[in-house]
Amino acid sequence: MEPRRDPRGALVRPYAVTRGRTEPLQNIALEAVLSCTPTQSAEARFAGHDKYRIASVCEGRAQSLAEIAAYTRMPLGVTRVLVADMVAEGLLTLHTAAPATGFAARMNLLGRVLSGLREL
Amino acid sequence: MDFANYDPAGASRSREIISAKIVIAGGFGVGKTTLVGAISEIQPLTTEALMTAAGVGIDDPSKVPGKETTTVAMDFGRITMAEDLILYLFGTPGQTRFWFMWDEIIRGAVGAAVLVDTRRITDAFAPLDYFENRNLPYVVALNRFDDAPHYELEEVREALAISPDVPLVMCDARRRESVKQVLVTVVEHAMLRLQAEHGFAAPVG
Repeated sequence: MEPRRDPRGALVRPYAVTRGRTEPLQNIALEAVLSCTPTQSAEARFAGHDKYRIASVCEGRAQSLAEIAAYTRMPLGVTRVLVADMVAEGLLTLHTAAPATGFAARMNLLGRVLSGLREL
Repeated sequence: MDFANYDPAGASRSREIISAKIVIAGGFGVGKTTLVGAISEIQPLTTEALMTAAGVGIDDPSKVPGKETTTVAMDFGRITMAEDLILYLFGTPGQTRFWFMWDEIIRGAVGAAVLVDTRRITDAFAPLDYFENRNLPYVVALNRFDDAPHYELEEVREALAISPDVPLVMCDARRRESVKQVLVTVVEHAMLRLQAEHGFAAPVG
């Protein structure tokens, strides 16, 4: 079948690449950061075209879920399902821990962001 | 990243990288993407979400006719602050009917900046109400357009009914230094709010 030119046309059956699954194995935040080693990327080669594209985006540079979706031009929901699968399969490493909770941890994070901005 | 010490046995053990995010809201054409682009280390990217799956929670896509699929686009940028700290800037979708997407964008956010264009000041009402209801720390940034009527900050505060404790600043979304100042204001405000919530006395005046 000839791929459609209209980008919206390609989204008509967006969840085909996840075999119809719309629920990710784990809910990964938009800004959660993932990366992939050359070994993981080489393995992803056998995991299908879309997963390999995702691995390629994350190889050597930590990328958020939002960036992966943007670079692969896949809808966010579809990307989230695939990325969660890849984390479970050991093809991607999820780096982002649970968001900082508690006063001290949150103040510490805000303080780091503030000095990071001031240094720009 | 450095993979020199890559340890296959520890592949699933992740080195922590913290990502923080700040939300940039405002009406259509107010300069959200310009603001993000002025400070982001990458060209602003666009992520698209589909309304049917994400918004309505339909779990059988075969029952969703393609023509009912609506795409919601949001722009974002990135500032890598340290090897283990990345700040993301997320612009909200222009159309406020996509509230479900806003919920996802603000979850865990440090705070928000609402960009205001004095020519279309009422566009700011929806985002202001939204952040007020969600209890997310926010600041209001008046984006200066060359051909826009000039108002004093206090006139704008009154017109938008912004409470006195919400910071209101002028900015030029095209200028990096100006955008940086807006973001600094967001983070400082978030810190003050957090301190106030934990019983530290809010500064007087």
